[in-house]
Order: sequence, then structure tokens, then C-alpha cells
Amino acid sequence: MTQHVPLRPLSVLAAACMLAACGQQSDAPAPSASVAADAGGATLTVRLGHVAPLTGPQAHLGKDNENGAQLAIDDLNAEKMLIGGRVAKFELLGEDDQADPRQGTTVAQKLADAHVHAVIGHLNSGTTIPASRIYHDAHIVQVSPSATNPTYTRQGYKTAFRVFADDVQQGSVLGAFAVSTLGAKKIAIIDDRTAYGQGLADEFEKAARAAGASIVTREYTTDKETDFAAILTKVKSTRPDLVFYGGMDTQAGPMARQIKTLGLAVPMLFGDGGCTVEFHKLAGDAAEGNYCSLPGVPLEQMAGGNAFRERYKAKYNSEIQLYAPYAYDAVRVVAEAMKQAGSTDTDKFLPALAALNYPGLTAQIQFDEKGDIKDGAITLYQAKSGAWQALETMGGKASN
Amino acid sequence: MSATNARLKSRLGIALIAVALAVLPFVVGAGFGNSWVRIIDFALLYIMLALGLNIVVGFAGLLDLGYIAFYAVGAYLYALLSSPHLAQAFPALFAAAPGWPVWLVLPLGAGLAGLCGVLLGTPTLKLRGDYLAIVTLGFGEIIRIFLNNLNAPANITNGPQGINNIAAVHIGGHALNRPLELFGIVLPGVHLHYYFFLALTLLVIFVCVRLQDSRLGRAWVAIREDEVAARACGINTRNVKLLAFGLGATFGGVAGGLFASFQGFVSPESFGLLESIMVLCMVVLGGMGHIPGVILGAVLLALLPEALRWGAVPMQQSLFGKVLIDPESLRLLLFGVALVLVMRWRPEGLWPSALRRRELSTHAADGA
Amino acid sequence: MDIFIQQIINGLVLGSIYALVALGYTMVYGILGLINFAHGEVVMIGALTALTAIGLLLPAGLPGPMLVLAGLLIAIPVCMAVGFTVERIAYRPLRHAPRLAPLITAIGVSIVLQQLAMIGWGRNYHTFPALLPTAPHQFAGAAITDLQIIIVLTAAVLMAGLVWLVNRTRLGRAMRATAENPAVARLMGVDVDRVISFTFVLGSALAAVAGVMVAANYSIAHYAMGFMLGLKAFTAAVLGGIGNLGGAMLGGLLLGIIESLAAGYIGDLTGGFLGSHYKDVFAFFVLILVLVFRPSGLMGEKVAERA
Repeated sequence: MTQHVPLRPLSVLAAACMLAACGQQSDAPAPSASVAADAGGATLTVRLGHVAPLTGPQAHLGKDNENGAQLAIDDLNAEKMLIGGRVAKFELLGEDDQADPRQGTTVAQKLADAHVHAVIGHLNSGTTIPASRIYHDAHIVQVSPSATNPTYTRQGYKTAFRVFADDVQQGSVLGAFAVSTLGAKKIAIIDDRTAYGQGLADEFEKAARAAGASIVTREYTTDKETDFAAILTKVKSTRPDLVFYGGMDTQAGPMARQIKTLGLAVPMLFGDGGCTVEFHKLAGDAAEGNYCSLPGVPLEQMAGGNAFRERYKAKYNSEIQLYAPYAYDAVRVVAEAMKQAGSTDTDKFLPALAALNYPGLTAQIQFDEKGDIKDGAITLYQAKSGAWQALETMGGKASN
Repeated sequence: MSATNARLKSRLGIALIAVALAVLPFVVGAGFGNSWVRIIDFALLYIMLALGLNIVVGFAGLLDLGYIAFYAVGAYLYALLSSPHLAQAFPALFAAAPGWPVWLVLPLGAGLAGLCGVLLGTPTLKLRGDYLAIVTLGFGEIIRIFLNNLNAPANITNGPQGINNIAAVHIGGHALNRPLELFGIVLPGVHLHYYFFLALTLLVIFVCVRLQDSRLGRAWVAIREDEVAARACGINTRNVKLLAFGLGATFGGVAGGLFASFQGFVSPESFGLLESIMVLCMVVLGGMGHIPGVILGAVLLALLPEALRWGAVPMQQSLFGKVLIDPESLRLLLFGVALVLVMRWRPEGLWPSALRRRELSTHAADGA
Repeated sequence: MDIFIQQIINGLVLGSIYALVALGYTMVYGILGLINFAHGEVVMIGALTALTAIGLLLPAGLPGPMLVLAGLLIAIPVCMAVGFTVERIAYRPLRHAPRLAPLITAIGVSIVLQQLAMIGWGRNYHTFPALLPTAPHQFAGAAITDLQIIIVLTAAVLMAGLVWLVNRTRLGRAMRATAENPAVARLMGVDVDRVISFTFVLGSALAAVAGVMVAANYSIAHYAMGFMLGLKAFTAAVLGGIGNLGGAMLGGLLLGIIESLAAGYIGDLTGGFLGSHYKDVFAFFVLILVLVFRPSGLMGEKVAERA
């Protein structure tokens, strides 16, 4: 089969191997050879695309997603799952969208050309949404492990799924938590003017107002800024009980420090983007006492969560960053739907996926009619002695 | 005898190029997959952008570092007029799904971008070259920031969320993103976009060539070479420069509209400073002021990242056993090195016009 | 009122950093007429070098301020070397090229330095250890840290030293002569090439200091931190009058204060129509206004069009 390998499969293979960090280059069949593998009758090759930014500022999160998906692939291959009576051999085609919408559509087209059976991704809402149109047109199932923008599943695309609570769910839980649990009456909101940060901050604002809090100021920064002194001074002048930040850890960390420096003695609250190990590193001492939320239940409370962490650490020699368990589940639900349908044909397994009720690593996964996870749980954490300690898990309001 | 022979040869050449362009998406699609056709579609957009910027930088010699703003204006106008966004945001003012015909929306976007070009140019064109560069850079950022933030108090641009569900171009009732069956051949959406973009690119090239040879084109060159002398020759330098800005912006607006329709989604992050610099690089590397050179530059730089992605990763894999430099930073690195090297060794670009090459070498000789 | 004072303090700290970086732009522009886009990247290299050096020295158990000083002393020569090399390799061959050429080269150099830094230091944010006291002092109801006082004072001392160097030393006179007219300066026995090299090296040393200040003040450094900072500093240099040392300082401080006040008050002033998300618009808008209405800047003399 290697006699006349054209350029493309060879490089896809190499790219897939490097991205998936798999060492067994020799026995992984080229994607275009899956038909040949089928002819053997023994195994069925299932090719899944995975897309996340593997370069640029969010590369650590992108790699984390891909690692999570790859672990699921390894598990599935070890389990020798049967699909339609044949042993399925799963492969991951990792692609990099650089968190850039245009690149996102290009790699989506690439995966569509490669006739992957399903796509796991993308990481960011900004790339997931434009790519979803291409997957929909190519009739490919897409499961995002981390895009939280509500728009993604509200475009009427039957192929779009996600295993993660969206901003509406997370924002409403955060708003309720801020007001009823933390007792905040005057809240200052800052966001980073990205699709994620602004979307979450808007949903939080709605929920907090609905719960009876007043929003004393709404300030803005960017996802590249390091100096927040001016806006935090403005925030200080409004004497809030709580500062909510819609954005990522790279700004939340330094912001926590500067809040402390300014003598503004109020806690911060933010969503999953800041709920990372990195936040503690970036915020240093100032991390203590702040709150964040993460969709799903804590890893320790997941059945098999600790084992997952150990295996992740053993294989990749690093801590889980953020969404790896969800990427893992995204792969698992697709595989499960294929198993139940006995087919890798989108027409057959898409209804099975829509109707799935599967005990995943992160949650009991069921989808609503839009493709969103039903009643996604959201857990709140507080930074204590250098780590995130789980406080409580709240059931997400069913979004509509 | 020899004249007819030469004419025959050039006609044959044109015919060959035409055939090659016509079958290109099929050859590429069959050989490398449709994602490459998509990449070529984007390359065509970049050619339009680069040709537009070439009018400003190459013809008139005005360095514009915020050119992508005009692209953004065209893209957003198309997006607003061809998506349900306005109807959702202002139900009282706009009927659902306006569905404007593309023949109206594209010229509107071009016109608005051109108007922006003139508006920007009016106060700033008296500035020296490098000050103008910085002002245009600031202008580009200002436009991007406004697009990113105009979702409140009135939701005009939908802010960082971007505008989604933008209708594709419809021609003869057929949406270009749907496959079309023609004479038994199925043309996928990317192929249809290719032909549509190609037609417009050829139009842009035609306009550029005509402009270059026109009285206006000569006036631009005169200003580029010596503004004082040009003014002394009776050229209204201010108006002529404004025309360069306006026309350059117009092309950017067209390319922007096409981008929005092709992508189906626009958000402010597509219109950053790096994009402006990238388009500038295409013009500079290819050969400022030389239309074939600019086209070459645009094609090279639009394809480079993809080529690296496909080539550099497996190569590093086989050489070092792992990837030391990821393709994106390798691309930018090469990009930067190329800019430095070209300016050092070949400031007239990879494919300069004969005239420009002479000018630049004399410039260097008398140490201007 | 305390809030207003706090915003002024914020602006002063930010402005001191802008001013130090702006000096590098303005010196190079004054002498070569070149916008050295890569200058912001030198700041970044200074910050990351100091951070690495401090990381290596940390086990030695030196007191915090000594460590920062050591980091600085390592970062300065590294940045000087970078500045020197960039001038030699990229800019010097283009000294007589058409005007656009060095500007485009500068953009290229900026991209190259940024990507090399990314390959060397990775793309993650690095944290700068808290070595200097950051406990805030109360001052008329506003908070200011020792570190921020050190930043403002260091910037002031360095700027004073630079003014002395340019106006009172032989080398400074050579710099001024070169800025005035390189050809004539050469005839008067000034080694123009050396003066230009020295200008780059000096600007890079200031950039190294600015880089360490930024990293220490915000506790983070990463490969992309230089570009926007460089752009702002350039804006500051233009605002003050490019080519003019006093102008760069004034411009830096003014821009810092304008940004702080804009972020703090723009919302109230426009009745909530514009908010702190338009902070950068303000900076660029000021730049455009200055260039359109007073291209020579606040303190610059009228400069004729150079071909």
C-alpha cells in the first residue's frame, strides 16, 4: 500500500501522527486506505476530525482538547468496540484552526474532503460557528467539547452538538450564585470584548439583574491587555461587592493581582475561561478567595475522574488544562452512537446520537432538540491554598 | 509576417491561460482535495485586495497600513444586508431577511468603502509618507474597535459575536454554496465561488491595467516620483491622491463583500493589523506598482501557510522526530525574513516592472 | 477626588513606561528618519531575558531587589546586542534606499524577533516572581506601591541622564550633528556609522529597562507583549514631537494619563454611549488629531517634507 503513496495522505498521516503524538507511524493506515482496511472485513476504520487552536495564545488549551480526544481514541481502540459486527479502529485527524475563523473554515473543508465520520471541535465559538455551516452542508456530525456561544446550536443545524453547558446556562448559574450564595448586591462587570467573554458577561448580567442585584458599572478590556489599573480604579469608585470578569485566565490572573494592589478588597468571579491551573500561576497570592465556575461536575467527583487525571498525566506528562475530559466525552458519545446504530453512516448514527443517554465521564449525557447537553451541571469553585476547591454543583437551567 | 506570428503566439498564450484557469479547480480538487480549491478562492480574494492596495502603495506611493479596514467595511455591509441580523436587532425598522440582490449589495459595499477611503484621505493626505502610514494604521484599528463594540447601545454590528447566517451570493436563483449540476458534471460550492471570484478578479485586473495606462495612472506615478514637480505640471495632487485612496478602498470593499458571502460569518477578529501587513507584504514582495508582480505576491503569500502546513510538519517530523517550530510561527518567521531580505537585495520585488527596476536602482545610486 | 488622583497615578506609571520606550523611537527617528517598528520587540526581549535570568538566579537566595537588579544587568547587554545587530544587518544596508524600504524592513524585523522569542520562550505567559514590595501605600486616598514609585523615579533619572548625554557630551554632540545633517557631520569628522550604532544600542538599553519595569509591574511577560506597547510608545513620541527627547517624555506621560482618564471617565462623559472599550480608540484618535493639526507634535519644530 505504500508503493504509490501520493503526497496528500502521507502528509495527513504525518500531521495526524504528530498532532496526536502517536508513535506507531508504521501501522497507522493512511486515511484513503480505510476502504482497503474495510475489505479485510475484520476491522472498520472510523476517522474522527479534531479541531482546536494548536498554535497561538490558546495553544495550551487546544493541545489539551486534542490530548483528551486522543485518550478516548486509545481507550476505544483498546476496548475493541464493535460497530455493525466489526471491530472499530478509531483514528484522530488533528487540525489546527489557530482560533481564526477563516482558518477554521479552511480546515473544516479539509476534514469534509477527507470524509471524516464526525468532527470533535472546535474549541472556540468564533471558529465553531462558521465551521458548523460547512459540516452541516457536508452532512458531518460535529460535537464541540468547549464552544459555549448559544448561537452554535441555534442555527437549525441537525449536525451540531455540544457536551458542554452553553453561556446561557453558565451565565444564569453564575448570576444566581453571585446574588444568592455570595450575597452580592452591587456587581461590577468587566469583559474582554471577545465572543466568549462578552457573551458570558451579557448572560451573567441578565441573570444577576433578574436575581435582584444592581450592576454598578460595566467595564471593558481586551484579550491582549495587561494593564487594568484604569478600569479597576473606575470599578473601585463604584464600591462593588463583587467583580465579575468575562474572559480568559491570561487576563483574569493579572487582574486579580491589580485588584489587590489597588486595595479593592472584593472577590472576583469568572467562568470556565479563568478556571484553570494557569490562573493560580498568573495571579500568585492574589488568587486566593476568588470564585469561578466550570460546567460539569469536578473531576474528582466524576466516576473515573481521578483515574482519568492519572492517565492523562502519565501519558502527556502535564496537568489537565481545562476541557480535556469534555473532548474525551465528545469522542465517546460519537462512538457510542455509532455502536448503537451499528453504522458509521451519518444518516444512521445521527438519530442515535440525538437520542443518546450515555453515562459519560463528565456527566450523564443527553441532548435536547437543539443538540445542547440537557441540564448540564455547573460547579462553582473557590481558590484556596493554591488550588480550585469545589464548593457546590448547581444543575443548569435547561436553555431555550 | 512576424507581427502576425507574435499576435498568434500571444493569442495562443491567452487561450492556454484561460483553459488552465478554467480547469484549475478540477485538477486541484482531484489532486489535493476541495480544501485546496477553497484556499485558491481565498487567494483570489487576496489578489483583489493586493491589487487595490497596489493602487495606493504601488501607483501613488502612499503607504497604507490600515487597508484591511476597507475590506472590513465591505464585509460588514454585505453581512448586514444579507443576514437576518438587522431584522432581529431592529424588528421595527427592517423586514425579515431583506435578501438584497448581490448586484446591488456588492457595489454598495464598494461605494461605502470608497467613501471611507476619501473621508480618511481628506484630512490626512497632506502628511509625509511615514506619518501617513501610522495614521492609516490607527484608522484601521479604530474601525476594528468600533466593529467590535457597536453592539450597544444599539446593536448594529453584533459586537465580538460577529454576524452569522450570511446568505451566499445567488446567481440566477442558485446559491453559490450549493453544488450545481451542469451538463452532467457536479460543481461543488467552492468551484462555483472560484469561477465567480475569478470573473471579478479578472475585472479588477482589467480596471487596474486601464488605470495604470490612463492619464490618472500617469498622474499617480508623477506624484510618487516627485510631488512638487507633479504639482508644477498642473496636477491637482490632492484630488489625484484622494482618487487613489478611494479607488483602492473600493476594491477592498468588493473583496470584503465576497469574503462575507463566502465565509457566511464575519467577526472583527478577521480584520486585525496583521491582515493589513500581510496584504502589504503581498504588494511589496511581488513588486510594487507592477500588476503581474502583485498578483504573484498575493498568490505566493496566500498559499505559503498551507504549503508550510503540508510540507514543513512532515519534514520536521522526519528530520528531528518531532515538530520544533509549528507551521504558523514558521510562516510568520519566513514572512519577516522575506520582507527583510527582499528590501535588502531586491527592493523592486520578485517581479518588478522594467521601468520601476530602473528607477529604484538609480535611486539607490544617487542616494536619495 | 481620590479616584481622580488614583487615575493620575495609574497614568503616570503607564506613562513613564511609554516615555522610556518612546525615547528609543524618537532617537532613531531623529537621526535616521526611520520608524523602528522592532523597538517594541526589544522591550519584550528585555523582559523575558530578565525573567529567565532571575529564574536561574533564584536558587542563589539573593534578596529580591538584588535579583531584579541582576536580571536587569543581564537584560541590558542582551538588548543592546539585539539592537546593534538589527541595525547592522537590517537597517544599515538600506540607509540610502527609498523611504518605504526601511519601514517595511522594520515590520519584517518585528515579526522575526517576535517569532524567535516565541520559539525560545514558548507561547505561554510567564510570571514574574514578586521580588519587589507591592504592598500599597495610601496617598490622599489613592494606592501606590513601592514598585510604582521606583518605576517613575527610575524613568525620570534615566531620562535626565539621557538629556545630559545628548546635550553635554561629545558623543551627544555627534548625535545631534548626525541628526541635523549626516553628510556634513561626516565631513566634520563624526563617525556617522558609529553614532547610529550607538543610538540603537542606547535606545535598546532603555527598552530593556522598560521591559523589566513592565514585567515587574504587571507580573507577567510573554512573546507578544511588545507590539502594542511599541505602537503606543510611538504614538507618545509623535504626540510629543518625534525626534525631540523632551517631547517623547512629555508625550509618554500625557498618553498614559489620557488613556487612564479616558478609560475612567469616558463612560460618564458620554452618558454611557462610549465605554472603556474605546480606550485605544482614544489613543489613536489623539495620534491622528496631532498628526493632522500639528504634525510636528507638541514640542517639535516644524519639519519640512523629506523626500
